Amino acid sequence: MHRTHVKVLEGVLDANGTIAQANRDDFDRAGVSVVNLMSSPGAGKTTLLEKSLWGLGVRAGVLEGDVRGSLDAERIAALHVPVVQIETDSAFGGECHLDANMVRSALPALELDELDLLVIENVGNLVCPAEFRVGEDVRAMIISVTEGEDKPLKYPLMFRACDLVIVNKIDLLPHLDFDLDKLLYHVEAVHPGVATMLVSARTGEGVGQVRDWLVGVATREAVPA
Amino acid sequence: MHELSVASAIVATAERHAGGSPVKVVRVRVGRLRQVVPDSLEFCFGMVARDSVCEGARLELEVVPAVLRCAACAHEWEIESPPFWCPECAGGDVAAIRGEELEVESIEIEEVEACIART
Repeated sequence: MHRTHVKVLEGVLDANGTIAQANRDDFDRAGVSVVNLMSSPGAGKTTLLEKSLWGLGVRAGVLEGDVRGSLDAERIAALHVPVVQIETDSAFGGECHLDANMVRSALPALELDELDLLVIENVGNLVCPAEFRVGEDVRAMIISVTEGEDKPLKYPLMFRACDLVIVNKIDLLPHLDFDLDKLLYHVEAVHPGVATMLVSARTGEGVGQVRDWLVGVATREAVPA
Repeated sequence: MHELSVASAIVATAERHAGGSPVKVVRVRVGRLRQVVPDSLEFCFGMVARDSVCEGARLELEVVPAVLRCAACAHEWEIESPPFWCPECAGGDVAAIRGEELEVESIEIEEVEACIART
């Protein structure tokens, strides 16, 4: 027996990256733009999608990632938006994020050619989803005002990974000791220049900006180069 | 909390390069910006490595400090925590030039000497 040193020099997430690129190629071929939507559990991803996708004017579909159950997918399906559920419940009682392979396995269930926009609603979690690209064009996250102003400092990886930070539940601000300026200052501190939007998915305030942004994402790729 | 996912990916990467031989050491470079907790990663690695060629292998972590570079004034600095804007010119167009690493640098495998006895 003897020891052999083997140089590897391989990114730990390279295998995921390769599959993410294959997903991206499929999306590009079908002319569909893809948003990876992330947040902590209960920040309002599904509610915001319900309010944003209705009558959007572009052909939108949703891929729902959940550890267990299809409650979110049923809410989206009620809008007559094509939706596919991915349950991550496998090893260790459910993965805490979607990876490129899970998304890839769900693609045959979607008619990509019939879509302009695909929103991938990730598993609620502010850590793991930031590590795993799934083939998306852009990444957006929701932070709700009930979560505390310090979250950008505690989860900089997520806040730095996103192209858009949506602050949700602003209708609750009068009832909370929440300092919105401090949150926005912390967002800027970890990701200088990142776009932010203030919304209430419940009342509909600010949701128009999200809808405009989604249409912008969808049509940017749809225009022939 | 994503150490379990990262540990699984490390074991999978090491397995691909081990050619079926038992792995004794796995050396991994982790950037500070990756938010990986070393103790937690080692614990998860031991768990995920069970029943694989990495079972019982030692995980050696090299933590790489985070270094940012300002696009406006070219200042480079090491950071321990936010804010990420430039301490020299307060510019916000900064890029991480170190600290985002997450790679398996090398592994040590145990190989059985080729058997020369005639059968």
